[in-house]
Amino acid sequence: MKNNKTKLTPEEHRLFGDLMPEELEDVLHSGFNRRHFVKLMGLATAGLLASYALGAEQLFARAVEMEDIPNLIPEAIENGVTVNFKVNSTPRNVLVDSRMTLLDTLRERIGLTGSKKGCDHGQCGACTVIVDGHRVLSCLTLAATCQGKSVITIEGLAKDNELNPMQAAFLKHDGFQCGFCTPGQICSAVALMKEAKEGQASFATKKLSTDPKSIILSEEEIAERMSGNICRCGAYPNIVAAIKEAQTGKNVPQNWLFTD
Amino acid sequence: MKPFKFSAVNNPAEAITLINKNTDAAFLGGGTNLLDLMKEHVALPNEIIDIGNLSLKEIKATASGISLGALAKNTETANHPLIRKNFPVLSKAILAGASAQIRNMATNGGNLLQRTRCSYFYDIAMPCNKRNPGSGCAALEGFNRMHAIFGWTRDCVAVYPSDMAIALSALNASVKVLSSERERIIPFRDFHILPGAHPEKDNSLQHGELITAIEVPKNDFAEHSAYVKIRDRNSYAFALVSVAAGLTLNGNTIQTASIAMGGVAHKPWRALNAEAYLKDKAATAANFAKAAEAEMALAQPLAHNKFKIEMGKKALINALETAFKGNI
Repeated sequence: MKNNKTKLTPEEHRLFGDLMPEELEDVLHSGFNRRHFVKLMGLATAGLLASYALGAEQLFARAVEMEDIPNLIPEAIENGVTVNFKVNSTPRNVLVDSRMTLLDTLRERIGLTGSKKGCDHGQCGACTVIVDGHRVLSCLTLAATCQGKSVITIEGLAKDNELNPMQAAFLKHDGFQCGFCTPGQICSAVALMKEAKEGQASFATKKLSTDPKSIILSEEEIAERMSGNICRCGAYPNIVAAIKEAQTGKNVPQNWLFTD
Repeated sequence: MKPFKFSAVNNPAEAITLINKNTDAAFLGGGTNLLDLMKEHVALPNEIIDIGNLSLKEIKATASGISLGALAKNTETANHPLIRKNFPVLSKAILAGASAQIRNMATNGGNLLQRTRCSYFYDIAMPCNKRNPGSGCAALEGFNRMHAIFGWTRDCVAVYPSDMAIALSALNASVKVLSSERERIIPFRDFHILPGAHPEKDNSLQHGELITAIEVPKNDFAEHSAYVKIRDRNSYAFALVSVAAGLTLNGNTIQTASIAMGGVAHKPWRALNAEAYLKDKAATAANFAKAAEAEMALAQPLAHNKFKIEMGKKALINALETAFKGNI
């Protein structure tokens, strides 16, 4: 993807031309990279994007382009394991050190940095990804055990430019502040939808001795089932609201309001 | 992590052959505990044998009850219709533990083999007889709020962390184990052990043995069972005290009570004194309280966990009342 010239939408072009003219050439030739993203965040924080809302929204939905990551040199690895698996439907063949976790493989070898390393000990949920349909912790999964499996990360949830309904609901309800736990929260919540549909029980489920049937999750159920995803900013009420909206498809009022 | 050789195996015989060749090799199931311990340099295997592909994943009804494949995931086990219906206390206990992500990864066999979460065991700068035999116990005179009140020794005051195993203890389960020589069945009460002279050992499994299944006999208290867990957070925390209880009733009379406690000892603590007290007694609040008194009278608290005695009584009473009401 590095060889293709990046096409910007007219709105994106206007934003760069006006606010970061010195970067325009670079973006057109080498793509929208992480440095540009950080600059954009700076402008957003300074409140300078107000009249460029559409362009900014399109840019935020754009995948940041990465340099291709070179393969490891087999002779340099003591315990190398070659793993064939799918990441966001793309077949991958990577040589990893046997100690490498799925999280580090995604971030450092495949260039998908959406999944976050929070605690690296299975206590925070920031690294949550969906493997063969189930939400799991990528920090406690060895990449070597992923042979033949299919992994979905936060980068794989949107279809082209259309956000997954859970992503859209998190935006609407402000289900984050700093955003570090958000990829894990959203992957977890997406898998939760399937679990609820299948009628899986939780510790909060009343009468679990009855047959499993599809359930609409109460706030108590959502809190219990999302307890493996810690939000240090405490955006929990908004996360719960987002999940309710995504599950029911019905409008749930936002917990916050703009005031004069 | 320390470097290790990695191999994936396809059948139990291959797994056992491999592990018999290396006393520093370890089986990898879900990895939720082992990998964490390896990152902390508490577990130091030089070879990992991935048993995730073995076909020990079936949950099936048997003539005597139900058989849980050692490699069936905790989530699948807790949600199996036969288990929710006939062994709901097991579902409830599994769902009380860890998080959805971890239950999706963790296997039934691996759950039984969880190591203690004693913070001194995890901290390699500290003495710990479980991690480094002969080095001493830092928890004995240290911060031991989370630690044992039953069955501890001066060598180890750690508690066993599993919720699932507490229900399996009350359900009189047994553990099916395979080695190169034989298959053996270990009754649950003999599977986990008290620290005794060897606190480095949590259970009676030998190197070279592979758990293939957990057998749970039929019971007649499915409707009248309960799992109560008390912890510092409402979810995703280890138990301070937990109780699994099942009451076999004849009207309002208790024929037998099956009770096990978690968070109080180095193994699932079968509350034999409470069980003995309740046998053939009326299911009344007064009798539940007396049974709880009888059990907790034997507790030997450490400097920071005296509260577990009162908490244990209340948890026992709560579990017995909930089981009697029959609303699981």
